[in-house]
Amino acid sequence: MLVMQNRHPPLNHPDAATLAAHATQIRRLALEMVTSARASHIGSALSAIDILATLYGGVMHYDALNPSAPWRDRFILSKGHACVGVYATLAEFGVIPESLLQEYGQDFSILMHHISHKVPGVEFSTGSLGHGLPFGVGKAMAAKRKGHDWRTFVLLGDGEMAEGSNWEAMLIGRHHQLDNLVAIVDCNNLQSLTTVEATLGIEPLADKIRAFGWHALEVDGHDYEQIQNALARSSARANAPTMIIARTIKGKGVSFMENQVAWHYKSPSPEQLAEALAGLPPSSRNG
Amino acid sequence: MRNAFIDELVSLAEKFDHIALMVGDLGWSVVEPFAERFPDRFINAGIAEQNMAGMAAGMASEGFHVFTYSIANFPTFRCAEQIRNDIDYHNLPVTTVSVGGGLAYGSLGYSHHAVQDYALMRAMPNMLIAAPGDALEVRACLRYLVKHPQPSYLRIGKAGEPVFHESVPDIEPGRWLKVREGKMPHARAVLSTGAALGIALDQADERPVYSLPLWGMKNKGVQGEQMRGFETVTTYEDHLLDGGFGSWLMEATNSQPDLKSRVDVKALNSEVCGAVASQQVLHRLGGLAR
Repeated sequence: MLVMQNRHPPLNHPDAATLAAHATQIRRLALEMVTSARASHIGSALSAIDILATLYGGVMHYDALNPSAPWRDRFILSKGHACVGVYATLAEFGVIPESLLQEYGQDFSILMHHISHKVPGVEFSTGSLGHGLPFGVGKAMAAKRKGHDWRTFVLLGDGEMAEGSNWEAMLIGRHHQLDNLVAIVDCNNLQSLTTVEATLGIEPLADKIRAFGWHALEVDGHDYEQIQNALARSSARANAPTMIIARTIKGKGVSFMENQVAWHYKSPSPEQLAEALAGLPPSSRNG
Repeated sequence: MRNAFIDELVSLAEKFDHIALMVGDLGWSVVEPFAERFPDRFINAGIAEQNMAGMAAGMASEGFHVFTYSIANFPTFRCAEQIRNDIDYHNLPVTTVSVGGGLAYGSLGYSHHAVQDYALMRAMPNMLIAAPGDALEVRACLRYLVKHPQPSYLRIGKAGEPVFHESVPDIEPGRWLKVREGKMPHARAVLSTGAALGIALDQADERPVYSLPLWGMKNKGVQGEQMRGFETVTTYEDHLLDGGFGSWLMEATNSQPDLKSRVDVKALNSEVCGAVASQQVLHRLGGLAR
């Protein structure tokens, strides 16, 4: 029996323009962080930012002022190298102060270069791939066993799907009918050296997911309405977890980074940062 | 030891509803009492140890104390990174349980010889190793771990081991537990961990024998003071010489000038054991037992 923990406030239902404004600001913050820290993985963060803006902008229940509220939905970034996307998202939605982002790249900062649970609002540290989904299964299992109604969201990369532990987790997620678990695969089709398909091809991914007994949904990972609709549908699916294939563009939003494998590693120069920021849509906050 | 483990775990689970048992499709004729008594807190994770360890961490992060149960190297080496990152780094209350520690499954071949597990698990900074010497130490270890939830590794034998204590002993991490008085002045002592206790007692002659069932990286600091009472301490472990219990004790004490070279380590030879045989025969083959 579910123990309803409806102490959380009602969700916002932002329109696409509002989410786009959030995403632009998150991209701005993420680009500034990797530039000042000379850090890698900006391409991996940019592909996921529209998904993150949608999750934090009106899908997940959380309290920005009390990020460990017991009724919160749990979010796990399994592709931990995309951490600047999450740190910037937490700042944009008021979970952490924006000023904290300036510590990124400094010695002893809690903002590690792979997602860190030392940051308020972060559930779990990752960095080695294939760890987030089993951990998320454990959280979803705990919620079921305790009769809690919060949900667990796990964001994975498509290259990451080569890790066998994900498929172990998918077997048990289906076996225990964890319909409180939603995985989102950021399918930007680029990994460390080349495309996913040229490395260990995973297509047809939707067929594989369905063969493992999960609900599979496929969306344009930069279309806020499609992402919102898929996440809304995931909550209506009973008796099985949902995996959303989000078709994305690595480096999305910065024309010279899009679909370029080099931006898995490269860090922008100050000039490239200026060019990247100039190419973002005008922001209502900073424009 | 297996039966003491499940019997004690059931009685602790009666008292504490946050205790859960997860098995990697092993434990036939052992785990049934728990599974039948607490079906909501028993999960067979299947033959998928990486997921089992990660999932246990996820449940532990939501208030459960999860025991992951399998045999030999499956719950440790097969999912070592999940133990390192998900459990130990996040400091979560998951107890990894390995049945058939050492050469208890000697006849099953090298895959089942758990003789490097201390080396792996003691490299985890938050990990408390629980290596009981008999069935009563198994109960003592479980009671301690439930009272002090933390990342931990419980290494037990199989079944039918001799019992050396008269009652469940009081144990503390890092503290040597006296098992038998010596008949000579306390110049030399024997210190054992895990199921090597029987061998230690057999070879101690008139020296006093201690067991150390709870130890780890955090408990090195109290070894020197206990060693100062003896000129030499001979350690026993059913583990390779390299990276095991004796190595741990040497690391803990060799930096102190007055304690240098007081440790004499009895362990298995530093080589791959390619043979299958009974535990006792392999102990002799590996140079541990007479």
